[in-house]
Amino acid sequence: MTDIVLIAAMAIVTFIPRYLPLALSERIRLPVLLQECLQFVPVAVLSVIIVQSAFFQQGELHLSGENPYLWATLVAFVLARIQSSMLLTIVSGMVVFALCKWFLM
Amino acid sequence: MEHNDSITTQEPAISSKLQTFGQGAMVSLPLILAALPFAIVYGALGEALNMSFWTVIAISMFVFAGASQFIALNLMAIGAQHPIIIFTVFLVNLRHTLYAMTLMPHFKSCNFWQKLTLGFSLTDETFAVVVNQTTKSTSHIGWFYAGSALLMYINWIVWSAVGFAVGAQFPQLQDYGLDVAMVVAFTGIVVVSLKTTSHWLCMIAAGISAVFTIDWPYQTGLLFSTFFAIAVGVISCRFQKKDSEILNEVSIND
Repeated sequence: MTDIVLIAAMAIVTFIPRYLPLALSERIRLPVLLQECLQFVPVAVLSVIIVQSAFFQQGELHLSGENPYLWATLVAFVLARIQSSMLLTIVSGMVVFALCKWFLM
Repeated sequence: MEHNDSITTQEPAISSKLQTFGQGAMVSLPLILAALPFAIVYGALGEALNMSFWTVIAISMFVFAGASQFIALNLMAIGAQHPIIIFTVFLVNLRHTLYAMTLMPHFKSCNFWQKLTLGFSLTDETFAVVVNQTTKSTSHIGWFYAGSALLMYINWIVWSAVGFAVGAQFPQLQDYGLDVAMVVAFTGIVVVSLKTTSHWLCMIAAGISAVFTIDWPYQTGLLFSTFFAIAVGVISCRFQKKDSEILNEVSIND
């Protein structure tokens, strides 16, 4: 029972920030400065998530050739620059990660 | 004659909506692949923490927000106070407001129920493919969004359940590094978004700030770094504009 209440509360606090701007979209026009800011949202948010997941292991900065996440991210970055298939980028990154884990451990 | 006309104008409209819906799903397929191991690890974590199957699945069905679900499970397992769990989930998912604001102009014409559905199913992945699509075409963008979101939603719930089921067989599943799939998918999305020097500077600022703020509690480092990186992007963008304006003036004066 308490789990149901907790899950409902988590669902609500997740839903409101997602929904509110859409709900207000007819009534509010965003100022130009804010629109300028928003074009950087994908790069800003995702870069932080990538660095905090790939550069750290057990909460410690791990910038060495022994970190398989770094090799996977690097390969994905280069591949995404030189070709446009998202599938190839993701699969290659995962394969490189598996190979690194295999050889480095 | 009139009757024929109305048929010919309606049918292509419906099929092009369906087509766009399918296109949204197709474009999201690689991201489905990336989210799949993430969902398995989530389900397995729930099993490892002795959660009930329906608790784990209900969180996937009603919260539907990857990273925050991991944190929620961990906090629930250590018996954290409910307000703390709820507040943490709220903070971790606050970035979705920025996504919704970015998408706002394209979904003005949607009705109440459509907006409710779009809001509920907004994720990093769907946001990324929809934003990318808006730079190419905005016709039936709601259908494109729905195609992406529905596939992500079903995928997430099904593989959470599978993860819970296999969790017992692979007790250390979360140590296999399956989250790398998400990291490389996000890398691909970032690279596609690097359109100007300002975007590059924004990425570098985000990366540096991420390193220094990782210890901040309740993922506040994520929020701070996001705002910092956006500020760097916007400021550098303004400086470049000024430079080009000066260049223009010089060339006009010449």
